[in-house]
Amino acid sequence: MYLLLLIPVVLTFVYKYIPMYGVQIAFRDYSPSKGFSGSTWVGLKWFERFFNAPTCSRMIKNTILLSAYSLLWSFPIPIILSLIINQLRFRRYKRVVQTILYAPHFISTMIVCGMIRIFLSPSGGLINLILGTNIDFLTEASAFRTIYVASGIWQDAGWGCIIYLATLANVDPGLYEAAKMDGASVFQRILHIDIPELIPMAVLNLIMAAGGLMNVGFEKVWLLQTDLNKATSDVIAVYVYQQGIENAKYSYSTAVGLFNTAVNIVLLIIVNKIASKLSDVEFV
Amino acid sequence: MAKNNKLSIGMSDKTSDIVLVAITAAVLLVVAYPLYYVVVASFSDPYEVYAGRTFLFPRGFTLDGYKAVFADNNIVSGFLNSVLYTTVGTIFSVVMLYITAYPMAQKDLPGRKFLSLFFVITMYFSGGLIPTYLVVKKTGLIGNMWSLFLPGGVAVGNMIIVRNYFQNSIPKELVEASQIDGCSKFRTFTDVVIPLSMPILAVMAVFSMVAYWNDWFTAMIYLGGKGQPLPLVLRSILIKSSASAAQVSMISGGYAELNKLTEMIKFCSMIVAAIPMLIAYPFVQKYFEKGFMSGAVKG
Repeated sequence: MYLLLLIPVVLTFVYKYIPMYGVQIAFRDYSPSKGFSGSTWVGLKWFERFFNAPTCSRMIKNTILLSAYSLLWSFPIPIILSLIINQLRFRRYKRVVQTILYAPHFISTMIVCGMIRIFLSPSGGLINLILGTNIDFLTEASAFRTIYVASGIWQDAGWGCIIYLATLANVDPGLYEAAKMDGASVFQRILHIDIPELIPMAVLNLIMAAGGLMNVGFEKVWLLQTDLNKATSDVIAVYVYQQGIENAKYSYSTAVGLFNTAVNIVLLIIVNKIASKLSDVEFV
Repeated sequence: MAKNNKLSIGMSDKTSDIVLVAITAAVLLVVAYPLYYVVVASFSDPYEVYAGRTFLFPRGFTLDGYKAVFADNNIVSGFLNSVLYTTVGTIFSVVMLYITAYPMAQKDLPGRKFLSLFFVITMYFSGGLIPTYLVVKKTGLIGNMWSLFLPGGVAVGNMIIVRNYFQNSIPKELVEASQIDGCSKFRTFTDVVIPLSMPILAVMAVFSMVAYWNDWFTAMIYLGGKGQPLPLVLRSILIKSSASAAQVSMISGGYAELNKLTEMIKFCSMIVAAIPMLIAYPFVQKYFEKGFMSGAVKG
């Protein structure tokens, strides 16, 4: 039985640990024939090239702003939603609400982005029909962040409730009974029982999210990017893909990716320090 | 303001029920309507859709879009590829989860602490896109279906959930009893542990199913254009063509140029791709919260 464990150990070693070892090509001029550790050492050449790239500051700014806005909206909404859902007393209705709110999470980003493109189309798109306009939203750089954040909330806010609902399910029903006896309204029960219960989990989620501030997902941005909205949609993840996979600049792309990861780790450590000062929660 | 506050505090349970139901109903509408609209549009004449007459019900009812979808070789082969990848991938992932989580749940596993760290580190650090790609290439998986499954290897987060489930939710007495009866570790695993862990198995199977069915990025970089799964086929229908359609309409100043069938295929293919997963998850929904909680308890 224990021998079977060798399979996942080997897979993890080959496909997770060897690539970690391979990160050194960020400091080398990688050539396939010489391999990860045999290629010529070039020091910080690729990092310098990245910082001197004309779009470098724009990409860093877009990456941070895009995820900061996402965090700002997508962090509180699931908490508020789960506080409301938790107080629903009709069990069947509650279940229907949950089923429907979870649904978008199970749809591929490809379909979500397809829907966004169709809905935002200047000719006959749902949003333009409702507004009575014909704006081509995806060519407007000013609209990109709103589109990204709003569609993210639509897809995952409901799913984000699960962890909070599970936490709230642990509240001792006796507490609610006692509060009711004392004449507390639903609003007061949420304020004095539910919210304190959720705070540790919320802090934990916030730390994790803040630590991933540079982790803007590649998929949605890439699918929604057009030549005309690049002023706000140009992000590091897309650049890493284009340079690495499309242009086969392996070392350069790895260096850009490594820079991104390094910033994330620093952020994670900082927020973790702040959070542990503020409360007893320490995660990393 | 103060008055308002007093009002909400003084609310009876009945009033607050109405308020809560009203709020959630509004949220439901926002979440469900876009999906409903796509369904309605997929059965409608595209000119009616473009004229904004299909907000509630299909107009110019037609099944031509779906007929075209099922007659399209690319979509059908994409669908079949996705079925294949999802089936093999789900079985592979669940087997990997179980053969990892079960030994990791045993207190007498040699080097258990080290192995635990070995897996958990990969949750926080990775080699990144390119070094991983180069290793996949080096191991000869490019263009091979297994490139979709092997590099993901063990989903560590899910593994921890399953391991905790084994530790906390399977009665030790049962495991001990079966061992006293002379069951080997392996027999105990197949005859006692697996049947008792069906709820978590179902959740994990659905999670990997959804992940493989919806994935396209891995397929895009590792398959080298061969054997495209459905979402990648949809990409050329939804993303590439909608850009050009938008340009066409900008140039000609209208949508007369738009190919009627192409527009219908967009809606119908999205429905065909989304439906299987939307049908699957409600079956295991009741286990979601439980699964997340047993995973959150550190063991």
